[in-house]
Amino acid sequence: MSTTVMTKVRTPVRPARVLLHLFLAGAALAWLAPLLWALYSAMRPYAETSEKGYVSWPDKLSFDNFTNAYQQSDMSHYFVNTMIIAVPAVLVTLFLSSMVAFYVSRFDFRLNLALLLIFTAGNLLPQQVIITPLYRMYLLIDLPGITMSGKLYDSALGLVLIHVAFQSGFCAFVLANYMRSLPHELTEAALVDGASVWRMYWQIVLPLCKPAMAALATLLSIWIYNDFFWALVLISTGENMPITSALNNLSGAYFTDPNLVAAGALLTAIPTLIVYFVLQRQFVSGLTLGANKG
Amino acid sequence: MSSETTTKIPEAATVPPPGAATPKRRVPHGHQRLLTRRDRITLGFMAGVPTILHVALVWVTALASIALAFTTWDGIGFDSIQWVGLQNFKELFEQNPQFWPALEHNVIWFVVLIAIPTPLGLFLAVQLDKKIRFSRVYQTAFFLPVVLSMAVIGFVWQLVYNPDTGLINSVIGANEPGKYIDWIGDPDLNLWAILIAASWRHTGYMMILYLAGLKGVDPSLREASALDGANEWQTFKNVIFPTLRPTNTVVLVVTIIEALRAFDLVFVFNKGAEGTELLSILVTNNIIGESSRIGYGSAIAVVLLLISLVVIIPYLVATFRKERRA
Repeated sequence: MSTTVMTKVRTPVRPARVLLHLFLAGAALAWLAPLLWALYSAMRPYAETSEKGYVSWPDKLSFDNFTNAYQQSDMSHYFVNTMIIAVPAVLVTLFLSSMVAFYVSRFDFRLNLALLLIFTAGNLLPQQVIITPLYRMYLLIDLPGITMSGKLYDSALGLVLIHVAFQSGFCAFVLANYMRSLPHELTEAALVDGASVWRMYWQIVLPLCKPAMAALATLLSIWIYNDFFWALVLISTGENMPITSALNNLSGAYFTDPNLVAAGALLTAIPTLIVYFVLQRQFVSGLTLGANKG
Repeated sequence: MSSETTTKIPEAATVPPPGAATPKRRVPHGHQRLLTRRDRITLGFMAGVPTILHVALVWVTALASIALAFTTWDGIGFDSIQWVGLQNFKELFEQNPQFWPALEHNVIWFVVLIAIPTPLGLFLAVQLDKKIRFSRVYQTAFFLPVVLSMAVIGFVWQLVYNPDTGLINSVIGANEPGKYIDWIGDPDLNLWAILIAASWRHTGYMMILYLAGLKGVDPSLREASALDGANEWQTFKNVIFPTLRPTNTVVLVVTIIEALRAFDLVFVFNKGAEGTELLSILVTNNIIGESSRIGYGSAIAVVLLLISLVVIIPYLVATFRKERRA
């Protein structure tokens, strides 16, 4: 829609506009420069860069470093670890927080403001405030036969739980605001017709929240994929780490030269970049959905 | 500062509900009468399960941090927990050579983020809001770092800062023995080097928040200001910026929280070595380091918690009041 408006109102070329474009294009390039530099380093053979230096014209550009980094460090294993954690974490977070949001936004039980306050405030805490007791708690909880480690510590389950608990604060806040903006008559009519609470949630309210859910799903996927801290502390076996946290170990063990490090780091960034380019609108609207209401 | 927050806590809990209950009173009563027993049980589960999980993992642990900060504990049996009063704090404030630098670095982190990337993000947002061509392309470029993990950002910037092979030293010819500029190891330089990387990311984040805020500004305000003969800067300063107040609040809170949470980038860079200590790093090193001291680590976490609450509580009070009025 906005593009049609833009073409109609398009102004004649003015010097100020040209300057602005020059500035923005320059700044945008400068912004991409560190990433382009990483890409350039990653595409050059180590032998060449160690001989000619990194700031030099390339003799040969290839993706060899990428394939080497991927194979030597068995990266697919860590990507699988990430999927095992991220997929359930995103789904469960959305499911639980939408239920809380439904409760808070559709039923005025006095309690709901306090409830929403608890969720929102919890999400704003720095992770390090809770990590010491959380770490001890994870060590103390025995789950023989349920997790590989026999404890909540060093298990995918433990990471899923903390992601769900932590992120549901933000999601509950956003979804509650979203659901409040839906007309109250919708659920009231259903209630009068004798629909159960569950049907109201599952068949009436939830389908209407699709845009917000899609935005949050995108945002959560990237956040959980990018998580470094929880896995660093709550996972002890290097093998069990998701890719973002594993990167730190791999860079010492397998990525022996800067070119391989660059390739490895860029490889882990690829999934987030794909999600971002495909679902940019969802990501941005998710981010501003939460912020605008503040 | 802490007395201010404690006086605000009860307000948050008591003031809004009565104010809200009066205008809406009829609706909930109608609702409640129509609910069957099964509906009530369903609702109990819907609210209860997520709340129990959230409270158990986030709030119980936060409160446990506070309690444990006054004890020593070896982490094995609960009966080995010993009350030591303020000893952990005393030791932290008086004997830990890393504590005050860490606190200072957290403050510097915030000051830098709010003073440089935040206005820059606002500036970019204002320019990109002008309905210019390629606006989306520029936005994509500036926002790209926000999508990357802090760990990846750390690795990418190491390629820029590495004393031997990095971009900067290679370009200025400081990559030979004797001429090294150690951007990562030198305690006088490394914090600023990392802050450039952090600002690189923060600018795009702020730009997106301000772009969303600017979209909400009534276009007629701008027209009226132009008709009155105000130039671009005057319009921005006197008309646009004041209407961005809600966005500014969010930006301030987000920036403070980011400054308190800063961890990944520093850890990837140099594990929080001299010059880049942060409160978050001290807490984490206490856990994954060789000599884990639970009570002591919790005391650092409590300092972090108190600073966060000074920000979180007034923000939430303001937000929820506004919501109640709406």
